[in-house]
Amino acid sequence: MTRVGLVVNPVAGLGGRVGLGGTDGPDRARTALSLGARPLAGARAAAALGELAARAGEPARDELLVVTAAGPLGAESAAAAGLTERIVYAAGTGRDTSAADTAAAVRAVVAEGVGLLLFAGGDGTARDVLGALGDVPCPVLGVPTGVKMHSAVFAVSPRAAGEVAAAWLARTGRVRVRDAEVMDRDEDALGEGRVTSRLFGWLPVPDVPVRVQQRKTGSSAALPEAVGGIAAEAAERVGAGLLVLGPGSTTRAVAAALGADVSLTGVDVLALRPGHPPRVVARDAGEDALLALGPAWIALSPIGGQGFLLGRGNQQISPRVLRAAGGRERLLVLCTETKLAALGGRPLLLDTGDDALDAELSGHLPVITGRRRTSLYRLAM
Amino acid sequence: MTAHAPVSVAPEEARIVGKPRLRRFQQASWDEKLIFELGSPGERGVLVPSADPSLERPAIPAALRRAEPPALPEMSQQQVLRHYLRLSQETLGADLNIDVGQGTCTMKYSPKVNDQFVRDPRIASLHPLQDEDTVQGVLGIIHSLEQLLKEISGMDRVSLQPGAGSAAIYTNVAMIRAHFAARGELEQRDEIITTIFSHPSNAACAKTAGFKVITLHPDPDGYPDIEALRAAVGPRTAALLITNPEDTGIYNPRIEEFVRIVHEAGGLCSYDQANANGILGITRARDAGFDLCHFNLHKTFSTPHACGGPAAGACAVTEELAPYLPRPTVEFDPESGTYRLDDDRPESVGKMRPFYGVVPNLVRAYAWIMSLGAEGLRAAAETAVLNNNYLLHKVRQIPGVSVPYAAGRPRVEQVRYSWQKLHEDTGLHSEDIGLRAADFGTHYWTSHHPYVVPEPMTLEPTESYTRADLDEYAAILAEIAREAYEDPETVRTAPHRSTIHRVRPQALDDPAVWAVSWRAYRRKVLGEAGRR
Repeated sequence: MTRVGLVVNPVAGLGGRVGLGGTDGPDRARTALSLGARPLAGARAAAALGELAARAGEPARDELLVVTAAGPLGAESAAAAGLTERIVYAAGTGRDTSAADTAAAVRAVVAEGVGLLLFAGGDGTARDVLGALGDVPCPVLGVPTGVKMHSAVFAVSPRAAGEVAAAWLARTGRVRVRDAEVMDRDEDALGEGRVTSRLFGWLPVPDVPVRVQQRKTGSSAALPEAVGGIAAEAAERVGAGLLVLGPGSTTRAVAAALGADVSLTGVDVLALRPGHPPRVVARDAGEDALLALGPAWIALSPIGGQGFLLGRGNQQISPRVLRAAGGRERLLVLCTETKLAALGGRPLLLDTGDDALDAELSGHLPVITGRRRTSLYRLAM
Repeated sequence: MTAHAPVSVAPEEARIVGKPRLRRFQQASWDEKLIFELGSPGERGVLVPSADPSLERPAIPAALRRAEPPALPEMSQQQVLRHYLRLSQETLGADLNIDVGQGTCTMKYSPKVNDQFVRDPRIASLHPLQDEDTVQGVLGIIHSLEQLLKEISGMDRVSLQPGAGSAAIYTNVAMIRAHFAARGELEQRDEIITTIFSHPSNAACAKTAGFKVITLHPDPDGYPDIEALRAAVGPRTAALLITNPEDTGIYNPRIEEFVRIVHEAGGLCSYDQANANGILGITRARDAGFDLCHFNLHKTFSTPHACGGPAAGACAVTEELAPYLPRPTVEFDPESGTYRLDDDRPESVGKMRPFYGVVPNLVRAYAWIMSLGAEGLRAAAETAVLNNNYLLHKVRQIPGVSVPYAAGRPRVEQVRYSWQKLHEDTGLHSEDIGLRAADFGTHYWTSHHPYVVPEPMTLEPTESYTRADLDEYAAILAEIAREAYEDPETVRTAPHRSTIHRVRPQALDDPAVWAVSWRAYRRKVLGEAGRR
């Protein structure tokens, strides 16, 4: 049997249609329901499973076992898609479920040993999955059903999720996992009247680039080499000096290619010297620590599918830090050609909170895409 | 090309415009084995009479002789003929289908008489090491073709030595490098600018030649970004390598401005004219200010891509850059009326390949140009553009299709369409639609590099196809789009009436799996051990 895990957050997306920013916490869910919101997550999860079943075809379809939680937490969706399910968790209180149910269901499902965990929800659900999964190396894919989806762990549609799942479970061709960002709105910043998001970590996601293209030869296979080229180019630009690494999967891979062990979600600082391994000067540095550095290069990569370069998940690299480092001249934007192309011509976005600085940084900037390769790309506010 | 205006249009018009009939196509499936699995030991196609033992004198030294004969198939003539006829029936060749779906390849009809010229013993039996006195005819063809391409490009000198389009681009980059080396500026000018929709060979060749590469992305209107170009140029700029029109079919309306900006920064401009089919006789590289350009003779000038080769590239340059052309050049001495090869060119970038070019393709290109003449070339270009925009008009009305970048603007000789909307609505991919087309006796393939347009489809109708052909092709796409929305399973599992169901791409792009020889097939596919 091929086991696929499914955990549905039944209240995900409830807030969207009735104008609530999100549905995090039981109060918002109840408010949304009282305002007439209808649950969508279960049906969208069923659509993903339906696509998975259609792509698996006979007889593989009968070999599929959905490991899931009872009722609206997954079993209902599996039944709607006509697939066999095994229930490994049941919430105590019927339809009034919570983040704790998501986490408990995830733990129960992955304990059964599944090839892939599908979850239906939004950014809040993705954070719950991240927390529950811990160090378990189980590939994960989000079926997009939430209100806010800044994270890069979601397929572009429920159907696309089914397609990616089918490709992953069948493992035809080169399917790898990549680390995708889990982002969520920064509630602290929201309290201060700023809308911004934070990076909470990474989840391993099947790397099936269906959104950009179907069969680009060796695109995902070429990624590690491209990152190696970007790392070498960045190191040459810096020469001997300090390199601030913003969060992001590209910057993290670049650090690894340079031989540095850096933190997962924070801003780290490396001291580079040609011919020597990099030295980690600071881990998870805050604004004050960065301001104390003096002149430094700042390496950034766009985060998630939105193309945000500054102001999402890297607020430590504040306007003051950017100005102190030397502004535009000291910025190294690192991005693979594939990731840049996936933006479909949209500019890289700036939202530092300092309009004058954003205006200064706007315009065409060379993005390092490989060894001795750059793309002149637009940055915009 | 050969259409004449009918005297009375009304009844004809009605017949042609009527809804095209969709073919009930069914491809042959012979379930034919590989040739290595056919035949039997000792079977022969030709029995060669053995020589008298007293006359046997081994021409090959003993040390170079095989201990055992090579493992070749052993078959009679009829078995061989039947084998290849069966394979040909399982193939959707360029002469058999409406081959407009092989966009970027300019799959025009190549007149069969041109092949007769190439097969003529006066061409086919030439040896590249013959003394030049004995190959005056072919040297004359090469020299004349150079003169024709000078006129077509507006440039001063031409080399026909490069063996393909990318080889021609590399030759141009090598000449750019030689030019700046001669001026002592090579260390300073180490950057080459290109655009994301230029053929990726431009960036690759620039990098191979040691330059840094700067890529420009489209501006918000979908055209090459002139503000990005202004930000990119400077004292480090060696050259601009740009394809125009791009594979999207978009013609850069500010191409002269691009050239001026780069020239003002001291750089050279090299024009990738692999997509010249829509501009022959209409614009010239030199008139737009370029210093170098190249053509793909196997695309624009007949020999449509053959079976992936052989190709032929042509480089054209200004007088200033002529000393750097590959050697030998073909020179004409008007006094003696003879042609000779000039190898004494000290500033030359050297040989790009052995001898003097892919002669069969040069002969075809020469024959094609001479048969059309200047007016015919322009008519071919205009017809290609008309055909393309006619097809564009029909295809953009099909549900699920869009034409990204420079929305609503006409295209030159090809269009890169997107099935993104259909994909979002149905979950089907462009590849599924291309495969379903095989059930109607045609296809489109997967050359959409760089893969920037989502769910791409690139169509290039050239001047060869009739209005009825284009109507049929558009009707096939419309039918598949209808199926995609009403009966997606049929499209997802296509083709149903073709010889081969679905090709697994790993067989073509995964070195661990691909098997391009019988020996590799036995080792990788059949799993026979001990075979290298």
